[in-house]
Amino acid sequence: MEILLAVIVGVLYAAGVYMLLRRSIVKFIIGIIFMSNATNLLVFLSAGLVQGSPAFVNDTTVDTAHLADPTPQALVLTAIVIGLGMVVFILALKYKYFEITGTDDLDQLKQTDTHP
Amino acid sequence: MNSIALPLLLPFAIAIGLLLVRSAVMSRWVGPLGSLAMLVVAVYLNFKVQQDGILTLNTGGWIAPFGIALVVDYLSSLMLVVSSLIAFVIALFANRNLPDDIPLSRFYFFFFTLNMGVNGAFITGDVFNLYVWFEVMLISSFVLITLGKKKAQLEGGIKYLALNIMGSMLFLAGLGLLYGKTGTLNMAHLAGILKNDHQAILMNPSSVLFFVAFGIKAAVFPLYFWLPSSYHTPDITISSLFAGLLTKVGVYTLIRFFTLFFVQDQVFWHNLLLIVAGLTMVTGGMAAATYYDTRRILSYHIISQIGYMIMGLGIFTPLAIAGAVFFTIHNMIAKTGTFIAAGLIAKIKGTYELKEVGGLYRQNPLLAVLFIIPAFALAGFPPISGFFAKFMLLKAGVDSGQYLITAIALITGFFTLYSMIKIWNEAFLKKQPEGRETGPGVKLQFADYAPLVILAGASLLMGIFAAPVFDYVMQAGDQLFEPSAYINAVLTPQLP
Amino acid sequence: MNSVILQLASKYVRGLLIIFSVIMLVRGHNLPGGGFIGGLLAGLSLAYKGFAFTQDIVEKEMKVRPEYFMVIGLVLVFASLWPGLLLEGTLMQGVWFTIPFPFTEGYKFGTPFLFDIGVYFVVIGVTVLFLFSLSEKN
Repeated sequence: MEILLAVIVGVLYAAGVYMLLRRSIVKFIIGIIFMSNATNLLVFLSAGLVQGSPAFVNDTTVDTAHLADPTPQALVLTAIVIGLGMVVFILALKYKYFEITGTDDLDQLKQTDTHP
Repeated sequence: MNSIALPLLLPFAIAIGLLLVRSAVMSRWVGPLGSLAMLVVAVYLNFKVQQDGILTLNTGGWIAPFGIALVVDYLSSLMLVVSSLIAFVIALFANRNLPDDIPLSRFYFFFFTLNMGVNGAFITGDVFNLYVWFEVMLISSFVLITLGKKKAQLEGGIKYLALNIMGSMLFLAGLGLLYGKTGTLNMAHLAGILKNDHQAILMNPSSVLFFVAFGIKAAVFPLYFWLPSSYHTPDITISSLFAGLLTKVGVYTLIRFFTLFFVQDQVFWHNLLLIVAGLTMVTGGMAAATYYDTRRILSYHIISQIGYMIMGLGIFTPLAIAGAVFFTIHNMIAKTGTFIAAGLIAKIKGTYELKEVGGLYRQNPLLAVLFIIPAFALAGFPPISGFFAKFMLLKAGVDSGQYLITAIALITGFFTLYSMIKIWNEAFLKKQPEGRETGPGVKLQFADYAPLVILAGASLLMGIFAAPVFDYVMQAGDQLFEPSAYINAVLTPQLP
Repeated sequence: MNSVILQLASKYVRGLLIIFSVIMLVRGHNLPGGGFIGGLLAGLSLAYKGFAFTQDIVEKEMKVRPEYFMVIGLVLVFASLWPGLLLEGTLMQGVWFTIPFPFTEGYKFGTPFLFDIGVYFVVIGVTVLFLFSLSEKN
């Protein structure tokens, strides 16, 4: 299962990078979403997978050998929340940019960068 | 030591208050006073660290490797003091200079969340917590850079955001690999585990990811492109705030990580750091020389100066690290000073384009003096702060036989000098070009000069009283070079 | 979108979503759920009406500005840091006590739960703010 997920992480990264290199800002944002999900999966995988075991137990559970590691799960939750905020912010930014310039083309972003 | 959470709680409380009370009059007072309070707290913590050694707080009562530890050592308390000073100065500057289309209360809300993120990054002792503070800082800076919503700002904002989000993702990926390998995210615990680890090759994927992530934040050589294409777009207040704080947080984390726990594969890393440092210095310095827009010159300068800090880390002797720390704090102060001076020039003349301004020396000699102090500090003239910082780095370079990087650092000094003299000649000495407008001709008052006076004064004092600063940064350098004190302070269980 | 079914359903689904979000919030300390998920659900309930009608209506109908949700949430989060300092001596330390509840062993209430409620409100505010800023204006 880890191998499958690791492959998925790789595929997501590849797809994300491909989308990042497109000219449209929306595709660029989709690329960011892919990559952020790939990263979250990677962090989640970092403790390995334990099948069918909870991360939290009550006081009566004695068998601690097969517990899932709760730390990456907590990390991933935080990372997802942050990722959500980032994506929404960049969407809002894109929306505003489109309102002002009427273009979705990343190549149009050169206007402040021209050499005098 | 619960008081070490104050640099976080204070800006947090102020930000909540500003969200609640949205009056511009209140914000005008809250901004400077709040950041002054942060400065007081930071100075108090600094004294406390000098008295009692490293301070730690296990938040939530969870003992060290399990909970989030907040740690204040010599380096972080120094960075806290300087960053709060910058915040205070920028608050003074913003009150006079922020354009009307940016509401003050909104600016200060994100200003304080940004400061919370910066302070958090300085005092946290946990890698994931560092990530969270980075994101707090980044989201605030995203909003700040696009405040005003002009076309250029949105353009610069998208570039800034794109590369920094990439950096955050790489940070998180590196963190995942690090956790997978070691099973801990507490920095001191990591240091303890990795110190005796001989499988350096297994650590390198994660440390490369961290290096690229922090390299993007710190704007080192192949990763700096977001900085010069976004820093000239927002209002100068916000540019100066970013110039003083943001890249230096990246440098701080690089210093922290590569002295505390990524110390296995030393030959590879120190060579890489030195190569990156040299290229950063040269490219930044050369690019700065080609521009005639003050903000662009200064933006490229930030990059060039980052190279010196990385160079100190790459040489890796106590003196070199102390030099890097000295250089960082000197640079935060002087760089913000030059940005503010550029803002004042633009306030008088109405433009940042050097070809269209002139005659300022005759028109406003005080501004000329106040510009020349941070500018010469950057160029490394004695007796201003930059000279001693550069001297320490160069001495460390010669001592450890790194002649090439030392030579590059010396040559880059000339580039810096050239750019500074270019601004000086064009803006101050040359006559006002004929046929150009003389600008709005705003008469500056004392309150306009105050931020620059503080920064120029700080820069001068750091130069004149270099001995105590030198002693302090040497202690910081020793503490970083020999991290066992840090590890012990964090991992020794303390009862509240 | 102009669907009568959706518009009619939105009335009832909203209430259900709010109740569901509160349940999620309350059970969330050791079980799946919590402030973030609860807040998202509650924010969704506001979005639901926006999907059924237009976002302008929701914006007009909302008597409380979404920023105030954030303020309430942040104040609660801020407040939850201090009991640990006052009672246990460490900032953010969890302080728990049991609220007696007839026929059960009582409900455990503590500062982490207060924190969660704060997160709940912040997330509602943020979600609504996002929806307002991204939705199409007519």
